[in-house]
Amino acid sequence: MSLKLMTYLVVGATFALYLYIAFKARASTTGEFYVAGKGVHPVLNGMATGADWMSAASFISMAGLIAFKGYDASVYLMGFSGGYCLLAMLLAPYLRKYGKFTVPEFIGDRYYSNFARVVAVICLIVASLTYVIGQMKGVGVAFSRFLELPYEVGLGVGMVIVFFYAVMGGMKGVTYTQVAQYCVMIFAYTVPVVFISLQLTGNPIPQLGMGAQMTGDDMFLLDKLDQTLVDLGFNEFTAQKGNTLNIFLFTLSLMIGTAGLPHVITRFFTVPKVRDARSSVGWSLVFIAILYTTAPAVGAMARLNLMETIHPTSGANAGEWLKYDERPQWFKNWEKTGLLTFEDKNKDGLIQYVGAKNKEFENEMVKVDRDIMVLANPEIAKLPNWVIALVAAGGIAAALSTAAGLLLAISSSISHDLLKGIVMPNMSDKSELLAGRIAMAGAILVAGVLGLNPPGFAAQVVALAFGLAASSIFPALMMGVFAKRVNNIGAVCGMLVGLGSTLVYIFWFKGWFFIPGTAMAADNASNWLFGIGPSSFGAIGALLNFTVALAVSSITKAPPEHIQHLVEDIRVPMGAGSAVEH
Amino acid sequence: MSDAQKYWQANIRLVIGCLIVWFIVSFGFGILLVEQLNSIRILGGYPLGLWFSQQGSIYTFVVLIFFYAWRMNKLDIKFNVREN
Repeated sequence: MSLKLMTYLVVGATFALYLYIAFKARASTTGEFYVAGKGVHPVLNGMATGADWMSAASFISMAGLIAFKGYDASVYLMGFSGGYCLLAMLLAPYLRKYGKFTVPEFIGDRYYSNFARVVAVICLIVASLTYVIGQMKGVGVAFSRFLELPYEVGLGVGMVIVFFYAVMGGMKGVTYTQVAQYCVMIFAYTVPVVFISLQLTGNPIPQLGMGAQMTGDDMFLLDKLDQTLVDLGFNEFTAQKGNTLNIFLFTLSLMIGTAGLPHVITRFFTVPKVRDARSSVGWSLVFIAILYTTAPAVGAMARLNLMETIHPTSGANAGEWLKYDERPQWFKNWEKTGLLTFEDKNKDGLIQYVGAKNKEFENEMVKVDRDIMVLANPEIAKLPNWVIALVAAGGIAAALSTAAGLLLAISSSISHDLLKGIVMPNMSDKSELLAGRIAMAGAILVAGVLGLNPPGFAAQVVALAFGLAASSIFPALMMGVFAKRVNNIGAVCGMLVGLGSTLVYIFWFKGWFFIPGTAMAADNASNWLFGIGPSSFGAIGALLNFTVALAVSSITKAPPEHIQHLVEDIRVPMGAGSAVEH
Repeated sequence: MSDAQKYWQANIRLVIGCLIVWFIVSFGFGILLVEQLNSIRILGGYPLGLWFSQQGSIYTFVVLIFFYAWRMNKLDIKFNVREN
């Protein structure tokens, strides 16, 4: 069976499965899982959160960045997972205790101000929209490859599908569908790398294969990779390239941002009890960790196989460059998308793929989009077609489910918090729904257009979104629980300064509103303030937010008595209401 | 000091303890000390600093969250603020 047909079959089958479960679950268990006081079991909630969480950035993009950046891309692994500690210890149980529907609602109540609520809505929209741009990049890559069309067309197809998917409710709220999505994703992610790890090292567990010796060679896998890369003029995989301050702040931004992203926080509003919120965060991380600890192996092994394909170090063609006419099928397919580009600079018909330190050749692989690596990985390793099709299904599920979740967060914050909550309290349910759909379509359009020329690879765009969430939402939430003295004026000033400074810093290097060509300075380390990149600035923004909020609060009036009681009440689990339905 | 204050203080102490470990395994071992630790190898050929940044820190985070949840549940019972 041809790969194309196989891909359509597998993607179609997984979608049929999600629909079937959604239909069954809706018919038989309405009111069973979300009954007052019962909520969703922490383990299932954890798995569903894992599906919500694992987006195009985690699934498609992260391992590709690890493949090309090596150690420096560890920031994504530590950042995306470490944030769950902050979430479990600083936010989730308390917000569950408070038991409101949206994050801006909590901020509006705790800081007794509609203005604070509006500012929170703005922060949420800015962060979520940026996040969706990253997802659109992933969606575009996946669809362009499997329809064998240019990236721009793939993106257009993806936009239409995302819109319908999100309008259907993204199948959100049906926990079992998300559990099924998680299973498809984790299966799709781990199966190819188990095969590859077995091929390369003889060890089927990729986490162990990373440290193992190569089959038929006494070299360790990572040493082999380092040597291959250095021989061709690239940087070592295992060595640090960027400056330590930047790596430190980048990781911190991602961690704080993880705990500040509204679509993740609201997941823990649905567990039955406060103590379940604590353990459910742990379960989420268990399921996420399965993918994250596998990702370095995916990246390292994919890179090694890519280099071996183009410049084998053993076998009949050892030491020779791959002939362009003899390039494998996956190479041709990715060329069609425009995400992989070869230019025969020295007209010898051979593919010279070398790093900047190589003196002998010019690099002829002029474009290797990092986001293609995970999808191309099973093809490069010559795995069977069904495995390749499975990875496609997983990637599409990851990008669609997260994009839909974020679009729902954006539309509910506009229709529920902004319009119904503040501007037009008498709005009918019907017009609230309509406003939500219009907001959703608008968000997809904006994200899609900006996704044509995204400000980075999927995970890098997502990192910017985390910086924005870190600098604006997380500090306001944390101080809401831990700093009783912080008042309305302090919180609003903090959020505005945090979001404003981070946004300006990002736009300065990435272009105003991410419009290409409007950047004030080239985005490279020599222009950055103290070597701090735009993706790392979220931590500084958060620090500014905390400082300003605490300083302003200390010289203005303390919050009223009932707010202080509210905070004291949030701090103890006893007396929590039943779980809210999402 | 009231029971509520004692409960909150015990909670803060626990959180700070956990966050110190959180900091050491990620920012400490995975970033600040990565070069030094890379001279040690585990699992055969995995440099330890790199291992912490790609694997070890994540495993520790998982354990930390469950540890925190377990201790907090005990505190809830001790201070009689557990939900029914």
